[in-house]
Amino acid sequence: MPKPENFDKLTPDQKRQARLEAWVNHEGLEFANPEAEKGYRERAQMFADAFLMKKPKRVPVAIATGFFPFLYAGYSCKDAMYDYEKLGKAMKKFHADFMPDTTASAGLYVPGRVLEILDYKLYHWPGHGVPENTSYQCAEAEFMKPDEYAAYMRDPSDYFIRTYLPRVMGALEPWKELPPFTDLLELPFIPWGMLPFGLPHIQETFKKLMQAGEISLEWAMKVAEIDNATITGLGLPKYQGGFSKAPFDVVGDTMRGTRAMMLDTFRKKKEILEACERIVPFMTKMPYGAYNWGSAPTVFFPLHKGADSFMSPKGFKELYWPSFKAVMLNLISDGMIPFLFVEGSYNQRLDLITDPDIPAGSTIWYFDKTEMKDVKKHLQGWACFSGNFPSSLLKTGTVDQVKDHTKQLLDDLAGDGGYYMVNGAVLDEAKAENVHAFVDTTKAYKL
Amino acid sequence: MSKELIDAVVDMREEDAVKIAEKLLESGAEPLGLLDDCREALGIIGNRFAAGECFVPELILAGEMLRQIGAMVKPRISGSGGAAQKKIGKIVFGTVEGDIHDIAKDIVVFMLDVNGFDVMDLGVDVPVAKFVEAVKSFKPQVVGLSGFLTLAYDPMKNTVQALVDAGLRDSVKVMIGGGQMDDQVAAYAKADAYGKDAMAAVTLSKGWVGAK
Repeated sequence: MPKPENFDKLTPDQKRQARLEAWVNHEGLEFANPEAEKGYRERAQMFADAFLMKKPKRVPVAIATGFFPFLYAGYSCKDAMYDYEKLGKAMKKFHADFMPDTTASAGLYVPGRVLEILDYKLYHWPGHGVPENTSYQCAEAEFMKPDEYAAYMRDPSDYFIRTYLPRVMGALEPWKELPPFTDLLELPFIPWGMLPFGLPHIQETFKKLMQAGEISLEWAMKVAEIDNATITGLGLPKYQGGFSKAPFDVVGDTMRGTRAMMLDTFRKKKEILEACERIVPFMTKMPYGAYNWGSAPTVFFPLHKGADSFMSPKGFKELYWPSFKAVMLNLISDGMIPFLFVEGSYNQRLDLITDPDIPAGSTIWYFDKTEMKDVKKHLQGWACFSGNFPSSLLKTGTVDQVKDHTKQLLDDLAGDGGYYMVNGAVLDEAKAENVHAFVDTTKAYKL
Repeated sequence: MSKELIDAVVDMREEDAVKIAEKLLESGAEPLGLLDDCREALGIIGNRFAAGECFVPELILAGEMLRQIGAMVKPRISGSGGAAQKKIGKIVFGTVEGDIHDIAKDIVVFMLDVNGFDVMDLGVDVPVAKFVEAVKSFKPQVVGLSGFLTLAYDPMKNTVQALVDAGLRDSVKVMIGGGQMDDQVAAYAKADAYGKDAMAAVTLSKGWVGAK
């Protein structure tokens, strides 16, 4: 189903419908066999129904994966980020053995070599700052200093190129010496602007970028091959399209770090609000980088710094929500579906997020540890919701405990539609029999 | 006791709190009295946190105010012996092996400290053997294991087991906490309890050492 010629003239609802139909009808995919194609359609349709708050044929089930596919296959977390052959084998085995209703993308496991070449400092990854069998972890720091909000807001791109990136990537440190590109105005200025690029240590930064680029390209092709084999071979649709972040999280996660950001909420309220507003257009545009017509029209947001214990409900309303909502509304107006992963809990936010400005059926809320009965009470009839199957149970529980808990969640939440099953926190370690019980109990549940 | 200082800290008025403390010191107030006021304020903030009326940013800002006031007070008490706060118990605390998350751990350690515990903070990514050594040498009543990841479950279990193997398990209570922890994980790791936040850790520890 190609993109309608009059797409721009459609209403947001019609745009969303057209995008979902293109996804369900798998624009651009060639399947291994008719059975895979049929399975793909059925599964995508079940998710599309849940997203639009209808009752699907049965409750679809997803597994949010961390490094589970690798530990299950007998590999290390490091293998996932350094060995394409093992990456492919692990993802293949994981999907074939558990058959969730979606494809978990191999793209989650980024190539460690690229991070090494860039000397990326915001994270530690397996074998590089954390043990080989541990997942990658954030190593926050104040990459933006407290007095630099103004510089960032004046010109975010220039700030990133000449201040932020030189700090967060050791390989780009020399970029702090670059002149602003906005100096390249007229003929007489050009060679002066080019001078730094003749210096060996600056040239070295570009050589590293080219190396990192080549590896990334090779990796991306491998990821596409691996994902495609699952999608078209097993008929499991990918239900995450683009990626974006709440502006407050961009400042908090990426630039200031949790502790500094929390202090800023007292000391620099005005600057935070202005910076978040400045970030809205960037976060609106970002998801389209990974989206093609026919991809799932969902935009995944991992939500961090607005969780219950991280700020007061008042702080959430004042500092976190307005710019986040602005990004969501921009995407919704274009028929994209914000897919919100609430990490930690939002027990004190449920009345705030069900904002009347956000149209019913235009968002998906995936919860980590929020009380799900309350979620249903607030969100039923307003948005699709999912989550909070405890990862601890999949690791430490028995098969019977997992079956009982899965069934309990389904009994409590699934009956009115607009719901799909997924574990809360991403899965690293778990007992295989528990993961089977989780998937199979959901699939067998009669709606 | 300065109600003005206590109120400023409790109300999160950082600049006021620092100014009031400066003024008090200039006017000859007893330097250690200022620290008592801060602790009193922290007690109120801790109760509000436990009641869900304030949140982690308030704990962090309170810690920041205490640090600044502490720095002003310190040079004035060096000669006078600086009678230390009486400690109500000893705790060994750390983020378990393989996990490098420190923010929550730092907050819990801070709240345990201001609530009168002598805390040995082993940092992050702490090997099992280091916990065992610390329990041997520091002789705490409580061991706190922090971890954010599901991958921290086994290191927690291994740490508790190592205490058993070293014959130290009966001498300590073990509490766990952090992102993906819950009662289920506490049972799996054979810890004595799971604490959902910093004040829960304080309450558990006070209960175990018999303090009120």
